[in-house]
Amino acid sequence: MKIDLIVNKQKKTFLIEPNEYLLDVLRRYDYQSVRRGCDNTSCGVCTVLLDNKPVPSCSVLAIRCEGKEITTVEGIADEAEKLAHYFGELGADQCGYCNPSMALTVYSLKQENKNASVEEIKNYLVGNLCRCTGYVAQHEAIKRYLGDES
Amino acid sequence: MKVVNNKVKSIDGLGVMKGRKAFTDDFAEKDALIVKVLRSPHPYARVVSVDDKLALELEGIEMVLTHKDFKRIPFTRAGQGYPEPSPHDKFVLDEYVRYIGDEVLAVVGINDSVVEKALSLIKVEYEVLEPVLDFETAKDNQVIVHPEEEIHEMFDIGFKPKRNIAASYGMEIGDVKKTLEACDYVIKETFYTQAQAHVMLEPHTVNARMDYQNRLIIYSATQTPFHVRRIISQGLEIPLSKIRVIKPRVGGGFGGKQAIHGEMLVAYVTYKTGKPAKMVYTRKEVFESSYSRHPMRIEMTLGADKNGVLKAINCEALSDTGAYGEHALTVFMVTGSKVLPLYNKVESVRFVGDIVYTNHTPAGAYRGYGAIQGNFALESAVDVLCKKMDMDPIEFRKLNMMKEKETSPIFEIMGEGTAGTAMIMETCKLDECVDKGMELIGWKDKYPRKESENKIRSVGMAIAMQGSGIPYIDMGSATIKLNDDGFYNLMVGATEIGQGSDTVLTQIAAEELMCEVEKVVVYSSDTDLTPFDVGAYASSTTYVSGNAVLKAAKELREKMLVEAARILGIEVDKVGFDGKEFWDEESDKSISLVDLSNQITYSHEQKQLQVTSSYVGHKSPPPFMAGFIEIEIDKETFEIDILHYVSVVDCGTTINPMLAKGQVDGAIVQGLGMAHFEDVKYAKNGRMISNDLLNYKIPTRLDVKKLTTVFVDSYEESGPFGAKSVGEIGIDTPPAALANAVYNALGVRITSLPITSEKIFKEIRRN
Repeated sequence: MKIDLIVNKQKKTFLIEPNEYLLDVLRRYDYQSVRRGCDNTSCGVCTVLLDNKPVPSCSVLAIRCEGKEITTVEGIADEAEKLAHYFGELGADQCGYCNPSMALTVYSLKQENKNASVEEIKNYLVGNLCRCTGYVAQHEAIKRYLGDES
Repeated sequence: MKVVNNKVKSIDGLGVMKGRKAFTDDFAEKDALIVKVLRSPHPYARVVSVDDKLALELEGIEMVLTHKDFKRIPFTRAGQGYPEPSPHDKFVLDEYVRYIGDEVLAVVGINDSVVEKALSLIKVEYEVLEPVLDFETAKDNQVIVHPEEEIHEMFDIGFKPKRNIAASYGMEIGDVKKTLEACDYVIKETFYTQAQAHVMLEPHTVNARMDYQNRLIIYSATQTPFHVRRIISQGLEIPLSKIRVIKPRVGGGFGGKQAIHGEMLVAYVTYKTGKPAKMVYTRKEVFESSYSRHPMRIEMTLGADKNGVLKAINCEALSDTGAYGEHALTVFMVTGSKVLPLYNKVESVRFVGDIVYTNHTPAGAYRGYGAIQGNFALESAVDVLCKKMDMDPIEFRKLNMMKEKETSPIFEIMGEGTAGTAMIMETCKLDECVDKGMELIGWKDKYPRKESENKIRSVGMAIAMQGSGIPYIDMGSATIKLNDDGFYNLMVGATEIGQGSDTVLTQIAAEELMCEVEKVVVYSSDTDLTPFDVGAYASSTTYVSGNAVLKAAKELREKMLVEAARILGIEVDKVGFDGKEFWDEESDKSISLVDLSNQITYSHEQKQLQVTSSYVGHKSPPPFMAGFIEIEIDKETFEIDILHYVSVVDCGTTINPMLAKGQVDGAIVQGLGMAHFEDVKYAKNGRMISNDLLNYKIPTRLDVKKLTTVFVDSYEESGPFGAKSVGEIGIDTPPAALANAVYNALGVRITSLPITSEKIFKEIRRN
């Protein structure tokens, strides 16, 4: 079946199976920045913005997104670049498999609360697991990113 | 040093953050056949028959593969050098399945849904066999996990499959029994460590295609591309020259991706059909059907004299390798060889035990590699001994621990699977690590505990060592090429898996070539294009591969000086060079690197300047560290809150202090996971209960309060610019440090991991 999605501000028609999840559809259509870490919303790696809110695309049926706006990290390229700068500056990046999903979630936090404290950052991102970094450097980098008004 | 020991940003962080194609599945062909595995529902069974008629009738199903499709060639998936110290006890598919999750057959089809449909239509008849699920009764059990005759060891590792023994090891220095008899204080404790899952966020992923030269091209999320190529060649009898393994960016490994997982089946499908194929493990498969850390029982006996000098260590251990013997012997040996030398003043030391088969998910390589298990036992036992002697545990450690310029006879006796290599500790700043750690945690004020109405705060500590590669076995190589316009290509077999090795190796090359990091373009791990490297394991990359890069850079610089001397018309020893300009020390003649490179590329005496160098370590200088933990325990619920972890590390020069800190921070949190949060749990019937991220809890960001990670000044002469390794050392101390802190808070000794409120409660009840 066919559905229309607005991906990164571009309206496109997607051919999908009725039981297909958004993650699989996006990857099939070459949005390779959206990646799989698990299949039950417990790691956060597959996060995209659905109408500007972070959701785990592994568990959202594509058919339910008809007509909705989906943002992948390519849709917030400038913000991702800023975050990458602070990650680099603080050594907060390692494998980076989760980084595009982190960029989207952090971007969403920035829309809601630019002055988030480390505790608020932790709570907002609790669903985004990372096995490499031990988290601490990420939180400092995210704090600096949130304070970046440029 | 200008580039090394500086906070250089990861060279790949920006592109990865922006979501550019980088990881294995990003490169899968759009029309790749999907390969999925039907996995055993029984811990031990024989496949009597397979009815795949309905499955094969489905449109879009390409084939169903069973053990009958494969020649019986035993191999090991371990992903080690050759000959492997792991038994060859695995077949691509077998008539017998040995754990819940083991491979019964594979279905290949055009998309996920048709393959899943086919899987549901296949009927398998099993002869269900009695399993061995308790590793303490596995040895000489009447149930034999591997009765088949073809399996074998590559050299003597004590392999006795008819007794369920995958490997055995034993060594004794001095006479432990005699020394213990003469000791004033003797303690004996038995410790248990659990299986731990790696939980790298990128699941095991592989895809393959035939290229226009009819060669098999495999993209694999692996830590060991060259070993993958060799094992596939041997297991499927495909000439090595026909196979190219490309390792794209890898989303974390921690040892889990040292072995091969889906590679064999996917390679077979593509080679057989000529069509691209791929496989991505589900998270459940990553938990159930790859491998985890070896659970162990470790009996530790320590004896000391009345002056507090440790005289004897007797360590008897038993390790559970599950259904297959990947890394069975070598992980076990590290439990002794990278733990017991910490206390090198002993008169006698003994380390002995078996690694047994059970019908559980296999165990394999995992960051720490036996050292974390041994460290928990030894560093807990040391505190038990101190209590018995009424001696301060820090004072005891300072008296007995390894010091600079000292050695241990264990180094010569124990290697990894074979004899070891004698070495003196040219760098060992453990004493400084302990002092600094005490200061940073506030030990003097906080030890052993402070009580308030509802809570107790306490501190605990442990020391640790690891290695830097496997001497005389691990080989790393690097090729450096000078291009026109004066920039370089650095090609390394070393395997970037997210730890930052591409950045670190680039820094080493840039330092020696006296240029900016941007002038060195790195490409890693492609068996066609990069020189050989064993891969990312055994804490070898910075030390072994880094030395290869340094050697290559030095040799290329020599070659460039020869060219500059020719162009300037002077002797080589008169040429000056600063990374940008060559000049005559005795006149004002000079030529820039850009001009030189352009000249030799296009106009005069043209040639390609390129150097390939290799390095094999002659020793494995251990990094050392002291880990200090501060916790708060609720007096009623015994809930543990980890407030602060201080790590003071001697890893020689930190090539990149930020990335080194990242390695330690990440390893500490993974070690805290083992200490407190994580447990691979099985039901009584052998089914893994903790097979997803909801039931297997790794530390989240809310669980991490404060990490303080610092490095002491240290310069290891044999390392590149003074570096030792840093990838594994961080994981070792948290279990013992936490156990010691819990003891300091409540006076109860928890001897099994993970250390949970429930265990504390039971132990207090028992007392």
